[in-house]
Amino acid sequence: MAQKPARGFAEKTLAELTGVLEQTLFADELAREAGWLQALDPRAKLLGAFAVLLAISMAQNLLVIAALYALTLPLAVASRVPLGFYLKRVWVFMPFFTGVVALPALFSPFSPGTPFVTLIDLATPRVYLAITQPGINTAAFLLLRVGASVSIAVLLVLTTRWAALLQALRVLRVPQAFVLILGMTYRYIYVLLHTANNLFLARQSRVVGRVSGTDERRWIGASMGALFAKAYGLSDDVYLAMQARGFRGEARTLDAFTWRVRDSVWLAVFIAVAGGAIVLGK
Amino acid sequence: MKMSNHAGTPAFEIEHMDFAYQRQVALKDISLTVRAGERIAILGANGSGKSTLLKILAGLYFATRGSVRAFGEPLTEQALADEARAFAFRRRVGFVFQDPDVQLFSPTVWDEVTFAPLHLGLPKNEVIARSEWALDLLNITKLRDRAPHRLSGGEKKKVALAAVLSLRPEVWLLDEPTAALDPRSQTRLLDFIGELSREGKTLITATHDLDIVEDLADRVIMFCEDHEISGDGAPRAMLADRARLIACNLIHEHRHTHADTGEEHAHHHLHPAPHEHAH
Repeated sequence: MAQKPARGFAEKTLAELTGVLEQTLFADELAREAGWLQALDPRAKLLGAFAVLLAISMAQNLLVIAALYALTLPLAVASRVPLGFYLKRVWVFMPFFTGVVALPALFSPFSPGTPFVTLIDLATPRVYLAITQPGINTAAFLLLRVGASVSIAVLLVLTTRWAALLQALRVLRVPQAFVLILGMTYRYIYVLLHTANNLFLARQSRVVGRVSGTDERRWIGASMGALFAKAYGLSDDVYLAMQARGFRGEARTLDAFTWRVRDSVWLAVFIAVAGGAIVLGK
Repeated sequence: MKMSNHAGTPAFEIEHMDFAYQRQVALKDISLTVRAGERIAILGANGSGKSTLLKILAGLYFATRGSVRAFGEPLTEQALADEARAFAFRRRVGFVFQDPDVQLFSPTVWDEVTFAPLHLGLPKNEVIARSEWALDLLNITKLRDRAPHRLSGGEKKKVALAAVLSLRPEVWLLDEPTAALDPRSQTRLLDFIGELSREGKTLITATHDLDIVEDLADRVIMFCEDHEISGDGAPRAMLADRARLIACNLIHEHRHTHADTGEEHAHHHLHPAPHEHAH
């Protein structure tokens, strides 16, 4: 029996990436749920998120940052964001990205101070390596700040329709070019990932058995070129299609934002919490 | 929808137009008048320039030489730089792209269908009314909240049509509308196009599918591979001119023997998939 060709690293990564992006970014499914954050005006959410992000980056106290993060959990639940999904999305990937950056900060050469655990302590030759208290402190700050900030951004994106979010950015005077690039990026990532996946599928249908590493790399290199050319042509056409239907650089949505009393109230609450955190965390 | 009250007046007038991508010639010395209410098929092999011509008529590409006028006014980049003029033009001309994945860029079907009327400055209640009407007419109201990229090929095509229908344009530009459609979807599409025509819309369809030409056009403009107009006439006469069809790479000569009768004869096949036929 012919052996099923093994799926390469690049292929698997791409397929997974497409799946995750489709579920989260592109589906807008959570944003359509009748949840608590979904019901808020996107402008209130955006300003509120901005205030809290500011507080997270300014607070000098770990407990205060942790408390701000903890407050997002009931918000997620009230907005029907599955808690496991919300936690995993942020904290599973955190060690790989921020963790790597934070790791050196743990050790004495980078963060001298009271040792927490002494790892190496030789008199001659003099070699000393310890995980220090200030090191733990620095790493914890970094991880917590990034984790809390990313969580808030994730919560905002998950509970706001993409088109509405772009429009809110425009209403809040974020430069049009920036909003436009964001909008286009969103579309192209999707188109590109699909084209890439199809390239792999098309090849898989024609390959029997194993492919050598060299051939695999050569093929991936060639496909990247082909993909680039294809994406470039497609991006041109998509832009024409948008132009043909009246797009002139400004995204409009039908949902007229209606600012209600509750939006004012909750924006005030967000700002008060953020302000309080900044004062407490000094 | 009402009959167009501009029937017979020129919708487009093209005189001695050239178009080139960078330095590569895509259209050469094109002169053509399209009257309101006409049904035209632009026939040509892949790469003959028919899609490019549609994009010029849609005000997406602009002539490198010669003149193009739409509804009596010059159709130039400068003219469309003015928002009011651009909106007035784009409300009258709808473009259905060949690849629905190109045309459907919004997160939901509803966003897609409302996109054109919304971006062309129609009042919101009008946008909603027209979009609901378009979804209903194409029988896809149930797809309203779905993501376009997750639909089937036939459904995507319907959404692409609804996205233009909500604009109620006078002129419909259709690029290879039946490409990659199953037979049933293809029949429904032709019915839909027939309906548009009965309402007096101007229809310009680019295709290389000879089988549908008589269904959707009263006039055929044929492009050869030299990017010039090779012929302009009634479908029957144009389709009977086999020498021209062969020269323009729209059919190819194919000789074979029928197993049941032993009769040997030559006949034509549509070009793009010449080796997929069976007898």
